Amino acid sequence: MLEAFIEQLQEVETFEGLNALVVGLRDGLNVEHIVYHSVNASGGQYAALTYDDSWVNRYIEQDYARVDPVVQACFRRFHPIDWKQLDWSGKAQRSFLGEAIDSGVGNQGFSLPIRGPSGQFALFSISDRMTDEKWARFTQENVQNLLLVSHYINQKALEIERGTDHAQLVSLSPRETDALTMLAMGYSRAKAAEALSISEHTLRVYIESARFKLAALNTTHAVARALASGLLVV
Amino acid sequence: MLRYLYADQLAQFPRLADTMFRDRAAQFCDRLQWDVTVGADGYERDGYDALNPLYVIWENADGSHGGSMRFLPTTGPNMAEDHFLHLSDGVAIKSPLIWECTRFCLSPDAAPRVSAALMLGGMELGLGAHLSHAIGVFDARMVRIYRRLGWGPTILGTDGQGREAISVGLWAFDPALRPQLLARAGVGSDLSRYWYDRSFGAPTVRFAAGAA
Repeated sequence: MLEAFIEQLQEVETFEGLNALVVGLRDGLNVEHIVYHSVNASGGQYAALTYDDSWVNRYIEQDYARVDPVVQACFRRFHPIDWKQLDWSGKAQRSFLGEAIDSGVGNQGFSLPIRGPSGQFALFSISDRMTDEKWARFTQENVQNLLLVSHYINQKALEIERGTDHAQLVSLSPRETDALTMLAMGYSRAKAAEALSISEHTLRVYIESARFKLAALNTTHAVARALASGLLVV
Repeated sequence: MLRYLYADQLAQFPRLADTMFRDRAAQFCDRLQWDVTVGADGYERDGYDALNPLYVIWENADGSHGGSMRFLPTTGPNMAEDHFLHLSDGVAIKSPLIWECTRFCLSPDAAPRVSAALMLGGMELGLGAHLSHAIGVFDARMVRIYRRLGWGPTILGTDGQGREAISVGLWAFDPALRPQLLARAGVGSDLSRYWYDRSFGAPTVRFAAGAA
């Protein structure tokens, strides 16, 4: 499901299209809500989200960003945060939480703060109604993929903001190209590392770095994308 | 005890912060003679400290700094990319699953277990944040110590000679290494967990109970 999402993400050219994809991601993951919210260095904001308009309007009208523990805790942070780790004990926070739950946000959530280039910041949040046990399992199973997906959404949002005239072509360093080329030729990681005279850890990190540049979910996907973009000659 | 603090939380621990930046001056300027800036306040600080990094700090019983290191995501501005690209074959290592670790510092009178505890703190952070690797910038002569502590890096490259030598290396976050890091640090699993939760917030039941 996530691979299909990432393929579609590559084709998106407008914020409307991105919002539609975020709705699709929510449906595909079978959770209540997803919110992506970006603030750039000059204060410009953009959001793609699945909340009901009435809740969004209420949130803005009440300026809930001032009391929302998620916003307060995640701003300037960069580690994944489960909403249960936050302090909801204040009166304003408790009342906000009650209203959020009544508006269908869900009783569970976690947020992934994103640090982009030159002071850009974004927050990706996912929420649902489920038991603590189920939620713990869901987050444990999905958080690494969601870390990647949230950053790819961020890259796409930045690309749309820059405009298609400024589309950045992916370029891989010689070492990244070598690593992916060996894998594309069917070498195992161990063999590829040996052939390139580097350790397997180093190879893994070059592949990881290339994967992120190529906005791919896994190694196979990264190799496929690099081949499709003409970055590898095999 | 270990503390995990973002820069904007350091003001709550003035003695800890004060001694950390002074110990950094003693280590990186006085002892290693790296090209670092020490302010009139006696603090060694650089532009990356202004990006609200996350510090893993060993706090002594008297509230002073025993040792520390500094983490930043590689998706934002970071030192490995800005200054040491030539040590990673020109590859800007960028991934949401990789953070960089810099300024591994020990106070001049740190007990031997402090470096082991810091390694443990780094592991707890990486596992807790679901990371795959850290890319570190460190004093090249520390490699043997890291290995002896049970968690050695893979070296990507080294710059300079002798005490000025600086290496860039990779640490893999592997839960299988956690027990030996706990043992070397002389810290129990629950206590380490407690220190981590105290900094990042322990999951509370109240939240879920409000809605189920």
